Amino acid sequence: MGLFERILAIFKKKDVTVETSRTDASKPTTPGASPTGAMPAERAPVVEGQKSAIPPDEKVPTTAQSDRKEVKPVSDKITAGHVHMSGCTGCEVAIADNYAGLLTLLDKYVDWVYDLTLADVRHIPEMDVALVEGSVCINDHLSVEEIRETREKSKIVVALGACACSGNITRFARGGQQNQPQHESFVAIGDLIDVDVFIPGCAPTPQMIRNVCVAAYLLLKGNDDQKALAGAYLKPLMAVAKCDPAPTGCNHACGCDLIVGVINQGLCMACGACAASCPVRAITMQYGKPNIDRELCIKCGACFNQCPRSWYSFDVTNMYEGIMETIDAAMAP
Amino acid sequence: MVQDNFLGNYTSCVAARSTNRGILAGSQDGGIATGTLAFALEEGIIDGAIVSVMDPSEPWKPMPIVATSPEELYMARGTKYSLSPNLSLIKEATRSYGLDRVGIVGVPCQMQGLRKGQLYPVGLRDVPDKIALAVGIFCMENFPYQSIIQLVEDHGNTKLENVVKLDIGKGKFWIYTERGAVVQLPLKITHKYEQPGCHVCLDYVANLADISTGSVGTPDGWSTVFVRSKKGNDVWAKAMAAGAFETKPIEEVKPGLDLVTKLATEKITKNRKSLEERAKFGVGKGLRNPYI
Repeated sequence: MGLFERILAIFKKKDVTVETSRTDASKPTTPGASPTGAMPAERAPVVEGQKSAIPPDEKVPTTAQSDRKEVKPVSDKITAGHVHMSGCTGCEVAIADNYAGLLTLLDKYVDWVYDLTLADVRHIPEMDVALVEGSVCINDHLSVEEIRETREKSKIVVALGACACSGNITRFARGGQQNQPQHESFVAIGDLIDVDVFIPGCAPTPQMIRNVCVAAYLLLKGNDDQKALAGAYLKPLMAVAKCDPAPTGCNHACGCDLIVGVINQGLCMACGACAASCPVRAITMQYGKPNIDRELCIKCGACFNQCPRSWYSFDVTNMYEGIMETIDAAMAP
Repeated sequence: MVQDNFLGNYTSCVAARSTNRGILAGSQDGGIATGTLAFALEEGIIDGAIVSVMDPSEPWKPMPIVATSPEELYMARGTKYSLSPNLSLIKEATRSYGLDRVGIVGVPCQMQGLRKGQLYPVGLRDVPDKIALAVGIFCMENFPYQSIIQLVEDHGNTKLENVVKLDIGKGKFWIYTERGAVVQLPLKITHKYEQPGCHVCLDYVANLADISTGSVGTPDGWSTVFVRSKKGNDVWAKAMAAGAFETKPIEEVKPGLDLVTKLATEKITKNRKSLEERAKFGVGKGLRNPYI
C-alpha cells in the first residue's frame, strides 16, 4: 500500500480503497484528495498484475490486493525519503504543513519511499533525494551507520532544517538525560558526510520545502530550460551547504554570522529581514541594525540565510514573478 | 514590456501625482506611495501595509509600522532620510496582525530582500504568498541616524526638532525648518556619512517592486512612476480608473527619463567599481561579495 492511499484513508476515515483510475475529474473522492481528479489521463496508474480492464470509476477494496502489491504511478516521479536523525520531527511537520500541496507533490512529482513515521519501509533504500532531519548523535552507532548509508544510497542529500544543517539546539546538548544519558555529542550531518543542499531554519518553512521539492524535480526530470532555472534556484542552497559564501566565522548558524559576515564586511543596509526571520525573536533592530540577544539564539541560521546581503542571486530574483508562477502552476492540483 | 539594464523591467512609465489634497499636503513629491497604498487599502487589495513613520522618541528617526487604516498611512507621508527596517515586520504583519494581503513600501535593497524572502523563505513561514503590493522608492543612498544628526545639527547648524522637511534634489541636501529657513548642503559633504552597505547596491529605481516611484525625472510636486509587475499593473489600472492620480506622459515633462537613466547608470557603475575594489581590498585578500 502506497503512501498516497494511506493519506487518502486517513482523510476518508474508512477502509482503504484503491482507485483503478484517477481520470474521473467529476468525482473527487474527498476535498483533500481532489488533486487526483485533475490527473491527466496518460498518467493513470497501472496496477501491477492486473489481468482485465476495470471500469474507470470502480473502486477495488484492498482486501483483494493480494495479486496487486502496489499501485505504481506511471508519471516520471523522483524518489525521495525522510531520514530521521536527532531532531524533533518539526521539520517533517513542516513538510506536512503544505497541506493539500503535499498531496500534489506526492501525486505528481515524488514517490515517498522511506519515512519512519509514514512509510512502511524499515531500511534506507536507494533514492534520488534524501531529506535528512536532525543532527547525528555520535554516541549512537546506529545513527552514524544510517547517515553513512544515507549518503551511499542517495543521489542528493538535503539537510532539512537547522539541526541537520548546523546542529541548531542539539549543539547545546550536554547528555545526562533519560533514557539515554550517554547521548551528549551531536554534529551537523555535514560534519560526517558531503551534503548537497541546505534548507536552514527551525523549523524550515513549508513554502521553502515546497520550492526546493519543485526545483529538485525540475532539475532531475525537467527540460533544458527548467533544468537551468532549477539549477540557478538551488545554486545558493548548494553553496551554503559547501560553506561557500566566504568566511563568516561561524558556520552560518547564529546571530554572530550577521555581525561577522554582513555588518563587519560593510554590507548591511538595514532591511530588517533578519529580525523578521528569527523564530525566537532574538533579533531587534536598533537604529536600523540587528541587535542579537545571544542568550536567546538557537543557532538555526535563519537570519544569515534570509539576509539579502549574505548571498543574493540576481539571476533568480530578477525572475521572481516567473518562478513564483511556475511554482504555483506546478502545485496546482 | 521595456527591459532596461539600469531601470529594470517595466510596462509603463509616467509622471504622476495624487488627486487627494490631504495626501499631497504632507507628501514628499506626488504622493504616489501613500496614494497607491491608500487606494489599495480602500479597495481591499491589501489589508494593511508596512510603512515608515517618525519614531516619537527622537526627531526624524524613522520606525516601521503596520498601518491598517488610511490615517496610519497618512502618518507615513514624506521621505525620512534614515534607516527604517521595514522588512522586520513582514512576518509580524501576517502573524500578529493576521493580514492575508500585505502591502509594503521600501527602498530597492528592501525590495531585493522581499523577493529573496518570497523565493527563499528561510524563516518567513507563510509570508511568500501574502505579499499583495510592494511599492519601491528610488534610492541613491541612505544615512544612519547619527549621520542625520551630524548633517543637520553640525553641518546645517539647525536643531533637528525644528526641521519640517528633508530633501535631496538638484545636487543638494535641503533642510527646511518650521520658521521658513532653508539650509542647503552640497552632496560632497554628505557622501562620507552614507551607510557603507549602500555602496554595493546595484539598483536605483527599485527594479523588483510592483510599482516604483521617486522624484527624479519630474517637476516639483510630481513623481516618476514605473509600473512593473502584473500586480502593479492591476493596482495602477484600477487607481487610474478611479481617478486617484493625474498623469502626464514622461516624454512631456522635464527633466524626463534621461535624468533617471543617467543617475541610475552613475550609481550602478560606481557601485560595480566599489565591488571590484572590495575584491582586492587587502593584500592578496578581499572583502565578501554577496552576489552569486
